[in-house]
Amino acid sequence: MPSGPARAEPGGQTRPLPPDTGTVLEVSDLSVEYITDTGSVVAVDHVSFGLGPGEFIGIVGESGCGKSTLLFGIAQLLSPPARISGGTVCFRGRNMVGLTDEELAAVRWKDLSVVMQSAMNALNPVTTIGAQFRDAMRAHGVTSKEQIAGRSAEVLKMVGIDPVHLTSYPHQLSGGMRQRSMIAMAMLFTPELVIMDEPTSALDVVAQRSLMVQIKELQAEFGFAVIFVTHDMSLVSHFSDQLMVMYAGRVEELGATRAVFDSPLHPYTAGLMEAFPSIRGPRRQLTGIPGSPPDLARPPPGCRFAPRCPKVMTRCETASPDLYLVDGRQVRCFLHDGAHSPGSPNDGTGSPP
Amino acid sequence: MRFALRRLGFFALTLWAALTLNFFLPRLMPGDPAVAMMSKFRGPVSPQAFKALAVAFGLNNQQSLPSQYVTYLGDVATGKFGTSLYFYPQSVGRVVLDAIPWTLGLVGITTVLAFILGTGIGILAAWRRGGRLDSIAPPVFVIMSAIPYFWIGMMLILVFAVQLKWLPPAFGFDITLTPSLTLPFIGNVLEHALLPAIALLVTTIGTWILTMRNTMVTTLAEDYVRMARAKGLPGRRIMLDYAARNAILPNLTGFAMSLGFVVGGAILVEYVFNYPGVGYMLLNAVTYEDYPLMQALFLLITVTVLLAILLADIATAIFDPRTRTAG
Amino acid sequence: MAMLRPVTAAPDQPTALPEQAPAGGQPARRGRAGLRRLAHAVRSNRKATVGAVLLALFTLVALFPGVIAHDDPNATIYPRSLGPSARHLFGTTALGQDIFAQTVWGTRQVLIIAVGVGLLATVIAMLIGVAAAFYGGAWDGSLSLITDVLLVIPLFPLLIVIATYVQNAGTMVLVVVLTLTGWSYTARQLRAQALSLRNRDFLMAARVRGERKMYIVVVEIIPTMTSLLVACFLTNALYAVLFASGLQFIGLGDPNSVSWGTMLYWAENNEALQTGQYLWAVVPGACILTLGAAFALLNYAFDEIGNPALRPVRRIRAKRAG
Repeated sequence: MPSGPARAEPGGQTRPLPPDTGTVLEVSDLSVEYITDTGSVVAVDHVSFGLGPGEFIGIVGESGCGKSTLLFGIAQLLSPPARISGGTVCFRGRNMVGLTDEELAAVRWKDLSVVMQSAMNALNPVTTIGAQFRDAMRAHGVTSKEQIAGRSAEVLKMVGIDPVHLTSYPHQLSGGMRQRSMIAMAMLFTPELVIMDEPTSALDVVAQRSLMVQIKELQAEFGFAVIFVTHDMSLVSHFSDQLMVMYAGRVEELGATRAVFDSPLHPYTAGLMEAFPSIRGPRRQLTGIPGSPPDLARPPPGCRFAPRCPKVMTRCETASPDLYLVDGRQVRCFLHDGAHSPGSPNDGTGSPP
Repeated sequence: MRFALRRLGFFALTLWAALTLNFFLPRLMPGDPAVAMMSKFRGPVSPQAFKALAVAFGLNNQQSLPSQYVTYLGDVATGKFGTSLYFYPQSVGRVVLDAIPWTLGLVGITTVLAFILGTGIGILAAWRRGGRLDSIAPPVFVIMSAIPYFWIGMMLILVFAVQLKWLPPAFGFDITLTPSLTLPFIGNVLEHALLPAIALLVTTIGTWILTMRNTMVTTLAEDYVRMARAKGLPGRRIMLDYAARNAILPNLTGFAMSLGFVVGGAILVEYVFNYPGVGYMLLNAVTYEDYPLMQALFLLITVTVLLAILLADIATAIFDPRTRTAG
Repeated sequence: MAMLRPVTAAPDQPTALPEQAPAGGQPARRGRAGLRRLAHAVRSNRKATVGAVLLALFTLVALFPGVIAHDDPNATIYPRSLGPSARHLFGTTALGQDIFAQTVWGTRQVLIIAVGVGLLATVIAMLIGVAAAFYGGAWDGSLSLITDVLLVIPLFPLLIVIATYVQNAGTMVLVVVLTLTGWSYTARQLRAQALSLRNRDFLMAARVRGERKMYIVVVEIIPTMTSLLVACFLTNALYAVLFASGLQFIGLGDPNSVSWGTMLYWAENNEALQTGQYLWAVVPGACILTLGAAFALLNYAFDEIGNPALRPVRRIRAKRAG
């Protein structure tokens, strides 16, 4: 991936890029559970993947598959009754799981920032945009008013918003502008990793595309890695390097986007493809995937997708498949366990060489 | 601006409703309370007192009901509340004015204290979810909110005034002293106000703590709080600027409305302590069937609550930018 | 009275409906399953169980007072102002009545008022609140206006004024007066929730199916609002207990009836505290407090049931600021 020039900082200094250590983020066996009155519900079940500098991974799945929970788990932003029940999240070689808010503060926003789904909900409604930029910068040692004002204006211009809006309140901006100002805020310290939770879901298709293009441009210029969660497969397929398909809290398929798209190995992935129309290409009958995701409080004993799978076999209902390595991709499906010996699901990064 | 006008209109309407209630209630009741009461009245009744009664009960039959109503409204608007029967020959206005400062002091200070302490404790309890404060707070304060105002007053008198003899059991000040603006007198006043204030505070604060805690808990679950954490902001800043500010705002008007309950409680507390405030006067008026005084006090209390709500609305408008631009 | 209004946010914000379990399957069926969930919730929430047990105890006492107290509460035949003893568990009043008997028999009147007002006020509040939400437009405007006006006028002073004219309010009169003045708060809450339900999918489905409005209201909406309706009942019951006692205490009730509030009235009038007849004042007030607490605890527990975010959090080894 092209790593852009040295990263810009508020105040005009630059930070030299750290030496390339291969991975920015290494998620190993991460599990998140919700503690309820009736027991614990596993929302994220042993998820692993790795992300190199400047890489873009898209995480797709139906509503409720655990992708947002995964995201918050990675960013250490879970709140009770959710908690990380196992695994590690190594950011720049340092495991973030179990650290306190104070210990994480040094890394937060400077190296790792977050963009949430609905800017209307993610921005403090009673303070101005400028004030929210300001307190992020102040929290990390930037105190000079000129630096703050300068950088705030700079990041807004980066996303195409007139800096006069720094004095606006969130409800005074349009949806698209709000979303872009959130991205601007995420860029304040040009972090290495930006985590995005369905940032385009609240927008219309035109605004969606323009936002995605904007994100890619910023990525090209500043070289940060992106984790992008969405339920819209087609949107992310154009822009991501890796694609991870989640279902019922588990990784079902993980690999290079092009490969996954061109030849989906998992029946669920294939089903998702069928469900999305393409503007170009031949007109065809859309098929959905019948049924609905399982209740995670009482997951089915075997493969979680078995009840809805068009290619289900008898063993799928009793045994749960591991992640198998096929052509440099990981697939959780018995259809593919004979092709190669069952690979350990935790063999580092999932991306192909 | 349109919102403000609508609110003012609403207040005017409520005031009108209170006035109308005052006017029609006595006329709706069966029997003729005025006649019954007048026959109880010892000594000659002055023409003014008689007129006040007549107006209150519509005994003035020359006017039709609607025109009596109009006269009544006009009288209220010009401040003619009539003569007090219990405090005869003082005018109702005089009696009310004398009583106001006592209640203002008691209720005013208690309310401010309850608000500050209540919101403070509520915010902290929610912030430290799962902590000790949060686990004992809800049950304790829920039970506290069920304490009858008058009973806690009586219990305080029992313990502190009768048994321990630390504080006086009644009145606003020692009746052997003459009121003056001297330090010893003020000290005496405070001494007498302490138990009533505690009684009011104890019963009022519980609900405020819980309301604040619950709104705070809901606010803490909002995305923007999570975002503030994601930005690495220090805890105190998140608690105050992001959570508390947003949690208090929707409650401001609610707090003001609950002032009506505080006032109700103050009535009982004043009664138990013989504290010479508005509530005490109201109950005396009730006991001695001093209807003109009673009606005036009811109106006063209603107006006060309306004013408080108006202030809360203004405060919300000032502090919540969303209402400002909405108009 | 004490600020007994429920402690969720301002009344015009809808109480949160039960959240789905994360990555859950079917949305839980409302209606019958709702009631079963309610029962389970009551059993598992400590506050609710305490409240329910206390309430059950008081109900038993109210149903069978003669079994528990053998003396006639009205009889003034006993020696006056006795302290507690085996014969008179709480002593006697200055008028020669047995305090224990009065307390026990008084439970009946208090519970009747509480349940009566609780039910009636909730029904009225439901009718008005749901009607305002559903018929919308001018209906909503006028009903909400009436509700708001009544909400703002200070309740206790209004009650005092009405009770003064009525003179010697007996049980039934108290129930009527308290109901007529007290329905507005819960009406607001119910309207808020009905409004938020209006646009939910299952109602859209019913409308599309062509069901009539009345059907929708009765069969679809009201069962979903069960939790809130119960909470409203509890709120109104608590309000009734405290305010009825308050009115009786200042002498606006029927002083010859047997009730905790009237006991306190006589105690105050006979200077019980100053003359050492402590139990006369302590016992009835403590009963009011306990019954009130039962309602308040149950009410709060229902807030927690309806809004799981408010429930006590287990001490997870997580950083603060959940």
